[in-house]
Amino acid sequence: MTNALHHAARLRLGAAVAVGIAALALPLVANAYVVDVATLICLYVMLGLGLNIVVGYAGLLDLGYAAFFAIGAYTTAIMMVRYHQPYWATIPVAALLTTASGVVIGTPTLRLRSDYLAIVTLGFGEIVRITATNLDYTGGPDGVWGIPRPAIGTWVLSSGTSLYYLGLAMAAGVLVIAYNVAHSRLGRAWLAIREDEVAARAAGVNTVVFKLKAYMMGALLGGIGGSFFAVKLTAVDPTSFTFVQSVNILMVVVLGGMGSLPGVVLGAAVIVGLPEVLRAFQTVRVLAFGLGLIIMMLLRPQGLWPSSTGEVARETPVVPPGRRQPLGPREEGVP
Amino acid sequence: MTGQPEALADAGAILTVERLTVRFGGLLAVSDLSFDARTGEILSIIGPNGAGKTTVFNCITGFQRPTGGRVVFRGRSVTALRPDLIVARGIARTFQLIRLFPGLEVIENVMIGLHARTRAGTVDAVLHTPAHRREEAWVREEAHRWLAFVGLEGRARHLARTLAYGDQRRVEVARAMAAGPRLLVLDEPASGMNPAEKDDLARLVAEIRSLGVTVLLVEHDMGVVMGVSDRVIVLNYGTQIAEGAPEEVQRNPAVVEAYLGQEDDA
Repeated sequence: MTNALHHAARLRLGAAVAVGIAALALPLVANAYVVDVATLICLYVMLGLGLNIVVGYAGLLDLGYAAFFAIGAYTTAIMMVRYHQPYWATIPVAALLTTASGVVIGTPTLRLRSDYLAIVTLGFGEIVRITATNLDYTGGPDGVWGIPRPAIGTWVLSSGTSLYYLGLAMAAGVLVIAYNVAHSRLGRAWLAIREDEVAARAAGVNTVVFKLKAYMMGALLGGIGGSFFAVKLTAVDPTSFTFVQSVNILMVVVLGGMGSLPGVVLGAAVIVGLPEVLRAFQTVRVLAFGLGLIIMMLLRPQGLWPSSTGEVARETPVVPPGRRQPLGPREEGVP
Repeated sequence: MTGQPEALADAGAILTVERLTVRFGGLLAVSDLSFDARTGEILSIIGPNGAGKTTVFNCITGFQRPTGGRVVFRGRSVTALRPDLIVARGIARTFQLIRLFPGLEVIENVMIGLHARTRAGTVDAVLHTPAHRREEAWVREEAHRWLAFVGLEGRARHLARTLAYGDQRRVEVARAMAAGPRLLVLDEPASGMNPAEKDDLARLVAEIRSLGVTVLLVEHDMGVVMGVSDRVIVLNYGTQIAEGAPEEVQRNPAVVEAYLGQEDDA
């Protein structure tokens, strides 16, 4: 069994390295169009990883996730256009504001489950979008345009390739955060809440606080995604943050495999890439995409790359059998 | 919180239930119930169905707010405290119908039991700090030790839902013990078990007590109760009708009547 496990771990590591190299080398071999699609995939990886924390780990259905995406995007857009701040200064502010908005949506919904929760989050998503449409400060229905490109010193990241590398770096950063969080006490508490909330409380988890943390962390990562979206498109308007957008992000998570990090990456690639691949079929493109999703979910309801759930305990050393030493309760390191 | 001298905590009762009353609408589930659990003993609460046993347990573990009365644990009131705070104070529990995290590995189930004994916060998790890594290593080590304690070290990487019933109960016990309790509260642990599993369970409970942990047992199965308990309290209609050593209680006419009366109704 140990060998098989090591083999699986090596396979996963190998796959991750291969994807990483391919992603880095992509602009060398692909044309501008492909690089642009890949940039979009990076964006959806960020959004998917954020929503995955809420839906995949904590098991809280969120149908208004585009709201956090919007708040991140508008924060960067407004700070850069109105206040002429450098892009890098807007990322922490976007992260902070989206985290705060995670508290706003999280607090009233903490005692709700599944379907009720879905409706409240859906409402939240619509409120944010409609507010953005009606406020002058956010540019109303026209939104904010003329967002400058990010710059490092005097080097302006204006080419498709440089924006791709920016997106790739940010997605990698978000992936590292999501991975670290998943392999922690925090991630375990979320999984416990998803699996059985009553048992989680009996195991000592303050479910209210940890659900709120899931909302905050999920919102934060979505905000980072939104921040990238703003400089990628150079214009932000309310039509980018509709209910359909929330559903798209949710599809990334569900299709890839809830609670699975490689699943989210794969899900983003499929949700963004497949419609592009299907462009050859013109008129039936959207239909084929929809049918493809239905068939995929019927054949693989657990997702393309389902969570092995062992993720949290993956590095667990195997303790040799027969190691039954007498244990005293609270004998060490107990606060 | 655990700073008080051991000798003080260990003197006499670890848990005191005072005039506990729980009312569900018009139904009086628990009525003015008082009892003590003495440090280091195995105390069983028995009684016919609907006697209020599980309600009492839920009050002790924070899952039910009592209508009246107090629960005092190690000299401090835990009445109506949140379950996670009660776990942190040193009371862990299992459920009548086993409640594991079915889609997680056995070892993960036990690791979650260590939640109350660990402190890593969001920033530690995001940055994967050395302190966080040390704590995680300790969590794994400790979880493996408790899994070994219940004899399931070979099943660490199996999904909890794939285990046999008796083994699932052991995982639940390991998860509870991983929380480092002074008092372990077991709600009908033998229900649904075959005789061999019941014997194993009785041995496990005795072993837990030998670690210095007080055990409070709600049980239907007379064989398990009589074999393992130091003291038995009998409830009927939410009040205590008898208390004493297992043999005494078995001979008590009020107890016999409560149980036989139940048969007549059925």
